[in-house]
Amino acid sequence: MPPDFLSNLFVFILAGFVGFEVIKRVSPLLHTPLMSLTNALDAIVVVAAITIAGLQETHLAVVLGAIAVAASFSNMVGGFLITDRMLRMFKSGRAKKS
Amino acid sequence: MTAATMAQLIDFAYIAAAVLFILALKWLSSPAAARHGVLAGEIGAALAVAATLFNPALTEYRWIVIPLIIGAAIGVPLGLVKMTAVPQRTAVSHAFGALSASVIGIAEYYVRAPHVTKFGMVEIAMEVVIGALTFTGSLIAAGKLQGILPQRPITYRGQNYVSLAVLGAAVVLAVVLTLHPEFIRLFPVMVGVALLFGVLLVTPIGGADMPTVISLLNSYAGLSAALLGFVLDSKVLVVAGALDGSSGFILSVIMCKAMNRSFRNVMFGAFGQLPAGAQAVEQERTVRSANAEDAAGILAAASKVAIIPGYGMAVAQAQHKVRDLYDVLTKRGVDVRFGIHPVAGRMPGHMNVLLAEADIPYDRLIEMDDMNSDLAQTDVALVIGANDVTNPAARTESSSPIYGMPIIDVAKAQTVMVIKRSLSPGFAGIDNPLYYMDKTLMLFGDAKAFVGDVVRELSAMQAPAAAAGGR
Repeated sequence: MPPDFLSNLFVFILAGFVGFEVIKRVSPLLHTPLMSLTNALDAIVVVAAITIAGLQETHLAVVLGAIAVAASFSNMVGGFLITDRMLRMFKSGRAKKS
Repeated sequence: MTAATMAQLIDFAYIAAAVLFILALKWLSSPAAARHGVLAGEIGAALAVAATLFNPALTEYRWIVIPLIIGAAIGVPLGLVKMTAVPQRTAVSHAFGALSASVIGIAEYYVRAPHVTKFGMVEIAMEVVIGALTFTGSLIAAGKLQGILPQRPITYRGQNYVSLAVLGAAVVLAVVLTLHPEFIRLFPVMVGVALLFGVLLVTPIGGADMPTVISLLNSYAGLSAALLGFVLDSKVLVVAGALDGSSGFILSVIMCKAMNRSFRNVMFGAFGQLPAGAQAVEQERTVRSANAEDAAGILAAASKVAIIPGYGMAVAQAQHKVRDLYDVLTKRGVDVRFGIHPVAGRMPGHMNVLLAEADIPYDRLIEMDDMNSDLAQTDVALVIGANDVTNPAARTESSSPIYGMPIIDVAKAQTVMVIKRSLSPGFAGIDNPLYYMDKTLMLFGDAKAFVGDVVRELSAMQAPAAAAGGR
């Protein structure tokens, strides 16, 4: 078993636990923004896509990397944008009266 | 600066990004702090992307910059869709996420092939198979939600066996490739089989089960990103993928519980087809119906009103009219609250976002359990476009397909009013005894038009306070 597998597994399990504990506390009110925000965070795959497209190892890798850059960056931009739009809509009754 | 120092700096940026991502989700626990969360996520993502662009190993920027521009051009309109279109937008973004994770895995395989280690092959195969099936599965879900594909479950005899056989074929191909990574020609076959399985997996699932399916696809998209992190030894991908995966998983569990169903039942049960023979219920029962004027009179006389919205409200785009109703009733001193069932709508939290868009304060949006404990003291429960989530058969009739599902028990209120187009059974084809109760008034019509009429009637009535104060 390669050593980086074990260290990645270590990180995966700990991050999974942190995610579980943090997300459990998110109010059901915000479940839709939660999903769009995690989608935007997941789009961090773009860093791998940029690397694959920029290393220019094979033609196929450049083409697939470019597709991945576009797909994941659209998620990143769109995900943050719509999450912020949604959260701006949530107003409490008290804040409105003041 | 040496390349080694640069690589370390990039790693530090990734660590900062991972921390900011966790903070982003943490701040989402309260609506007041939630927007800080988005900012934290944005800073983290910007740091990571900027650091990556400084990687000295990158030789050519053309095929990075052009796709970044294209991605932004696709992403901005997808970030500006209407709130009613959010479920299909979410499905599309799961598809994009899975697409990018799987094509990177595919690229990585061809860069390494045929010298792929057995262990590396296991990681790549799992990552690509999950990414590919999530991609097509999400596209099918988006098609159903957008109405391009029929929302009802599409089923045929022996379907589950066919689906399982296709999944089995993908697993066998993955195992063969692991034992013989040099069989390069098998790799695209495995990808194709996984793509096919994604289609087969989601096609038989009906619209009412979409909240669970969307959550599950969210979880798979996260898992494929985390596995890609294993393939590329990138910890920031592992962290982001694990966060996304656990979020999708938690949401799927919540959705399943809210329907009293298991994962297996959602994925393979093809809920929502008419059970043969179940329609043989006697249809001779009577219902009481009322017009907008009567409804307005009853609402005006109430002191506590609960509104239970469902997918029908979203379809009719009635949320802004509902907001007018909330305003006019609140002005008369009526206490108006909204009871939100976890699976109302087509994705987790769907109703909350629609009502928030219509400017209804979020402290008026009440979760199912809190609503239920308050309904006995409520004068009028007004059901708008919701059906199964208010069906008392879930509590009383053990033969009902939804028996055991937690519901918003509107029958506890003094009077129940249901806005509905006709008496036809709801999406799942299950009869609703609520409509035939003595305390129930059926308000037949389009949700948007009917609520509009009720608002007009209420505005025309002299407000009690204004009448007393004189003009």
